[in-house]
Amino acid sequence: MSGEPMRQRNKSSLAIVSRNVFGAALMALGLAALAAGCAPRAPVQQVRVDGSSTVFPISERIAEAFQIRYGRRIRVPLGEAGTGGGFAKFCRGEADIVGASRPIEHDEMDACGAAGIGFIEVPIVFDGITVVTNKDNPVRTLTVDQLRRMWQPQTAGQEVTNWRDIDPSFPDLPLSLYGPGTASGTFDFFTKAIVGEEGASRTDFTPTEDDNVIVQGVSTSAGGLGYFGVAYYEANRDRLNAISIDNGAGPVDPTLANVGAGVYQPLARPLFIYVSAQALERPAVRQFALFFLAQVREEANAVGYVPLPEESYAVYADRIRNRTTGTVFNGEGAVGVTIAELKTRSLSSEPIVEEAPPAAAPAQ
Amino acid sequence: MTAKRDFTVKRVRWGERAIEGVLFLAAALAVAIVAGILYVLVSESASFFAQVSFHEFLTETRWTPTFADPHYGIAPLLTGTFMVTLVALSVAVPLGVIIAVFLSEFAGEQVREILKPILELLAGVPTVVYGYFALLFMTPLLQQLIPGLPGFNILSAGIVMGLMIIPYIASLSEDALRAVPRALRDGSYALGATKLETAFRVVMPAAVSGVIGAIILGMARAVGETMIVAIAAGSEVKMVFSPLEQGATVTAFIAQVAKGDLAYGTLPYQSIFAAGVALLLLTLLFNFFAVWLQRRLREAY
Repeated sequence: MSGEPMRQRNKSSLAIVSRNVFGAALMALGLAALAAGCAPRAPVQQVRVDGSSTVFPISERIAEAFQIRYGRRIRVPLGEAGTGGGFAKFCRGEADIVGASRPIEHDEMDACGAAGIGFIEVPIVFDGITVVTNKDNPVRTLTVDQLRRMWQPQTAGQEVTNWRDIDPSFPDLPLSLYGPGTASGTFDFFTKAIVGEEGASRTDFTPTEDDNVIVQGVSTSAGGLGYFGVAYYEANRDRLNAISIDNGAGPVDPTLANVGAGVYQPLARPLFIYVSAQALERPAVRQFALFFLAQVREEANAVGYVPLPEESYAVYADRIRNRTTGTVFNGEGAVGVTIAELKTRSLSSEPIVEEAPPAAAPAQ
Repeated sequence: MTAKRDFTVKRVRWGERAIEGVLFLAAALAVAIVAGILYVLVSESASFFAQVSFHEFLTETRWTPTFADPHYGIAPLLTGTFMVTLVALSVAVPLGVIIAVFLSEFAGEQVREILKPILELLAGVPTVVYGYFALLFMTPLLQQLIPGLPGFNILSAGIVMGLMIIPYIASLSEDALRAVPRALRDGSYALGATKLETAFRVVMPAAVSGVIGAIILGMARAVGETMIVAIAAGSEVKMVFSPLEQGATVTAFIAQVAKGDLAYGTLPYQSIFAAGVALLLLTLLFNFFAVWLQRRLREAY
């Protein structure tokens, strides 16, 4: 009789233990699969795309269309590591194409140069970084200065924590901020354009590489404020308010027309893809890159970005065909660049990084 | 002629040997994996602590390794972890223990046989499902009760985590309660105690060391849980003093930052290992405390 509870005890603790063992086994299997996936095999028919979450909605649609047509022979795995994270992979030879929401920077050019990886800069669309708030927040317009006070590194004792701290006429709501993480090109661009120095930001906000987290956070917090590419606002219009930005000449809405006309400043910016010159030796990468340029106009309209003029795309397609490496920004940010200016710059620019010596195998 | 085996003669049973060998290898593998994890954690965080002082790690109240102005104080992450665990335990301990008492002392055999597996099913739900349950169901519900509650908050994540660890606490506590000898209950009844009095005044104190063991296991589970907090508690790293705020735990920070592709060998990369070491030490501490408490409270029959 007295042995009976003992037996019961063993049985059910075993149940828990065995579940854990099973979980661990699954995890080990997963890790093994992961390791196998990361192994540096030379995938003949794979185009590895990574980088900015702002560019992601376009890449996703184009990759999808591409897979439907050529999916049997060519796979396009898509990553979303942020612009900085994407360039890190790109310069390690782990990505063939990287989406970027800012131009390549000096240290990234150095890293790619050191690894012998040449990059081809391809502007694809224009975006307006959109500042969003909760639907219940009556504030419709913010000046660049007000945004700067919200986002700049805070001085102890004078932290901006309430909308009232910005303007006494604003509602009495705790300011809860959501923004892209530090690996994001949108973060780099926004801090440069608003705070004045790239990377200078307060740290007590919710950073994330997944823009949907920003949508979720702002739409559920009355005093929430966040920023991301206009495409994410277009996709979530019913859940968020977009703020008009006053740069000294009156409020300007983040509409496609305003972005295209170059009046939505300082938050309009070009988006890019960078293609590895070495990877372009593989026909699959070349095919996908050209397919990307052929499709981007249509997809830009669908996603909510401003496409470039047709002749620009022709110029950039030639860049890919001729494998013309280099950047027109020389490691500087792209704050204030307009579509018209980008075009003239691109036509007159010389590559700054020399054509890298042809690598024998995909660099590792 | 009957074949009679002589069991006094030692024979080498090769099959037996082989099985023993396999079992030993399995056990050794587990130990080797733990040793490997420890090695990676310690070696990576060693290079972290070569650049950041222990003093800053322990006393600084900001944790911003990926920002332009980096600070490396583990305190905000620990407060986040503590707060989530506290909320989770204040849900799971009362419910878990009451369920255990019911299953062990009140429920009939049939009821228990049905209820217990269902309860244990809760532990089999993937934590990512719990995470979205917290974010998309629990948070809106709580926001109706508590106006001004942010969309990501510790409270919602903690409550759902509490639901998740109920089966761990209930199941193990029930085992402990049922292991209490029948004679104690009989004695209690003989003195005229009711069933409820017997359960809480006689059986529970006798089983308390096992129940505490169950609670500690649940606590360890809560401290290490990642997905729920990463999804529902937000990722703002700050000192957390109230469950109504959002905040990040050690595990959520590691998950969130590792996703952003840190360059290998950089200080921010090593910082996630330092956070991992802090977490490991914390769980170890819990375990030692649990063993000590159990020894103190154990009643042997």
